[in-house]
Amino acid sequence: MRYMLLMCGDETSAELAPHPLDGDDSAEPCWMPWAREMQARGVLLVEGSQLQPSGTATTVRNSGGEVLVADGPFAETKEQILGYDVIECTDLDEAIYAASRHPVALAGGVVEVRPVLASV
Amino acid sequence: MTATAGERMPGSGTGAAQAAVADAFRQEWGKIVATLIRMTGNWDLAEECTQDAFAAALAKWASDGVPDRPGAWLTTTARNRAVDRLRRSKTEAVKLQEVAALSVPEEPAFQGDSGVPDDRLRLMFACCHPALTLETRVALTLRTLAGLTTAEIARAFLVPEGTMAKRLTRAKHKIRDAGIPYRVPPAHLLPERTTGVLAVLYLLFNEGYSASAGADLLRPDLTGEAVRLGRMLAGLMPDEPEATGLLALMLLQDARSAARLDAQGDLVSLADQDRASWDAAKIAEGVALLEAALRRQRAGPYQLQAAIAACHAEARQAADTDWAQIALLYEELRRFVPSPVVELNRAVAVAMAHGPETGLALVDELAAAGGLAGYYLLSATRADLLRRLDRRAAAAVSYQEALELAPTEPERRYLAKRLSEVSG
Repeated sequence: MRYMLLMCGDETSAELAPHPLDGDDSAEPCWMPWAREMQARGVLLVEGSQLQPSGTATTVRNSGGEVLVADGPFAETKEQILGYDVIECTDLDEAIYAASRHPVALAGGVVEVRPVLASV
Repeated sequence: MTATAGERMPGSGTGAAQAAVADAFRQEWGKIVATLIRMTGNWDLAEECTQDAFAAALAKWASDGVPDRPGAWLTTTARNRAVDRLRRSKTEAVKLQEVAALSVPEEPAFQGDSGVPDDRLRLMFACCHPALTLETRVALTLRTLAGLTTAEIARAFLVPEGTMAKRLTRAKHKIRDAGIPYRVPPAHLLPERTTGVLAVLYLLFNEGYSASAGADLLRPDLTGEAVRLGRMLAGLMPDEPEATGLLALMLLQDARSAARLDAQGDLVSLADQDRASWDAAKIAEGVALLEAALRRQRAGPYQLQAAIAACHAEARQAADTDWAQIALLYEELRRFVPSPVVELNRAVAVAMAHGPETGLALVDELAAAGGLAGYYLLSATRADLLRRLDRRAAAAVSYQEALELAPTEPERRYLAKRLSEVSG
């Protein structure tokens, strides 16, 4: 089954703020050990990324043809979406394990596990 | 597809057939549903076809007699029904695959200890998966494993039937759509998930033994189902001493149920209970199970609580109770369950073993820590200890507090009686 892991947390906290991948080229990104562990378990990482902070978000609505654009994320909350991963694994237990080992979960964030609607 | 499809058998058919169907319902319902879920992967279909098989049995057994192996008859009938239903709706390739899967010869899944994992164990772990809410786990277990109707479960939890039907439907959709596995968890997850299953059964038992709301304190229907499911689990997990420990605990507590209320439906304290009306057979079974579990030398919270219940059950009169031993068992339990409720119970045992003043000191420490704020038994315990120390005015204040916090009528009546005693 395919799941999206949505990483959520307070982006202003030092542990959870997005870590730009440029800069120190010698350092391994913090999620690499996780990715390796998942691969070894047979969990396929389809894709994934960190996101720019929610201050860069733009919200778009279409109200009967009128496009409404607003600055900011769709919900102003204490916790923001920090990034996402799409994984392929056997069942929810594997997805829960992957989420529980993710650096964001280990740093005090929350990982929402959502099955991707099968396109059969 | 409705979650309420599984109404219990109507009262028709000849006496013998009806009794046999009722008996088979209790024995076989969970097994057949569990097997059909494994075969079809479709929870609603499994429930509905099992229901149909019991309806067919009622008519067929009345005319042709009860078959030698009612369980096998019912399983075959339910499976054939599932094949029919899938064939009739075979518009998609998926459905054809499902039919093909059902056509494989039946696994000999009905010999409990043949080494073939019983499907009911998978079902139990799926129903008690932590990705479902606790109320949902309990409801789903009662529906699919115990065979209670949606209406019965709704009544038991004091919610409208429609609400319960929606809850069950939503749970089954989540199991399917989120990929909750239908299996006994692998070794690295087993201890944690087993704890989860035990917690669901004990919650169910407690809801029946000490209802959290409403006019009735005891709900024997729920305790009965909890014991039945506990027996099932202990049988399916013979190497898990905590499963046996939980069954022992439930039996030992249930053994006292007839003595817990007086003729007016009021609560009778343990010390005042008529011990002759305790169920000796349940106590004997509970004690034997506990001893078997303890021999495995892997103590756990349910075995310890069962050991405490056994201390009470085996005292011929209240004065014979080995409170020092009970205090030690609570001390041990505290290592597994670091909860203020356990601390409170330990304080009661200490008070009984070493005097109310020692106990009161522990209770006051607990009250100061604040973890039990708003818990009526904290106030009630404090009140009882103060009463025994003859500090009547202080006792009255605590009884009054407890009275305002107590959740059920019989508890309130008991506290009101005590309050009037110390106020008089």
